[in-house]
Amino acid sequence: MKIAVQQAPFDFGAEAEAFSAGATGAGAVVTFTGVVRDAEEGSLSAMEIEHYPGMTERALTKITEEAMRRWSLADALVIHRYGRMETGDQIMMVATASRHRKDAFEAAEYLMDYLKSRAPFWKKEFLKNGNSDWVEAKDADEDALTRW
Amino acid sequence: MDVLYFAWVRERIGIPREQVETEAATVAELVAELSAREDRYAAAFADLSALRVALDQDLMDFDASLAGVREVAFFPPMTGG
Repeated sequence: MKIAVQQAPFDFGAEAEAFSAGATGAGAVVTFTGVVRDAEEGSLSAMEIEHYPGMTERALTKITEEAMRRWSLADALVIHRYGRMETGDQIMMVATASRHRKDAFEAAEYLMDYLKSRAPFWKKEFLKNGNSDWVEAKDADEDALTRW
Repeated sequence: MDVLYFAWVRERIGIPREQVETEAATVAELVAELSAREDRYAAAFADLSALRVALDQDLMDFDASLAGVREVAFFPPMTGG
């Protein structure tokens, strides 16, 4: 299990490769990457992600440990960045490895659902017209937790 | 205890953290105490349904006890991922 909270970009390919190579006995590896999406019609200038140092690592560890308990996983990985990013930049990734794909897919979805609304990150969008605003949490993100 | 603010709560109150001496027994009492201080606190705490609270880095409810707590953090619903 690996949890990383970092400002620096990560190499998605290299991380996925190393994760897969290290997951001995796994027959399935699922990866997900979150990317900075443009606002309407190319209006986004940058995105800034604030986090709560200490609690972030604690929350991500708890969520990932719970995923390891619920599903039969060989390994799990979460990398989440903070700081300033631009359109197209990778924000975060999760990877799960299991013997069969069902566990890996479900655990990856669980990790995504939980880290969206239970890990202390906040996104702020900076628009090219000079405006900026905090991204609001969606009810759908909170509702997504009820299925687990 | 240390009180921390994040995202728009930090911007509205104007500081990221502060030391608070309080006799408040619960988070709700602490919120009432801070809100009574100045308008910027009252504005930040106006709608508790738009806020989350963590006690010693664990998410809790506003009626939670502050007994033994060293760090309280207020922030909006999280938007990671």
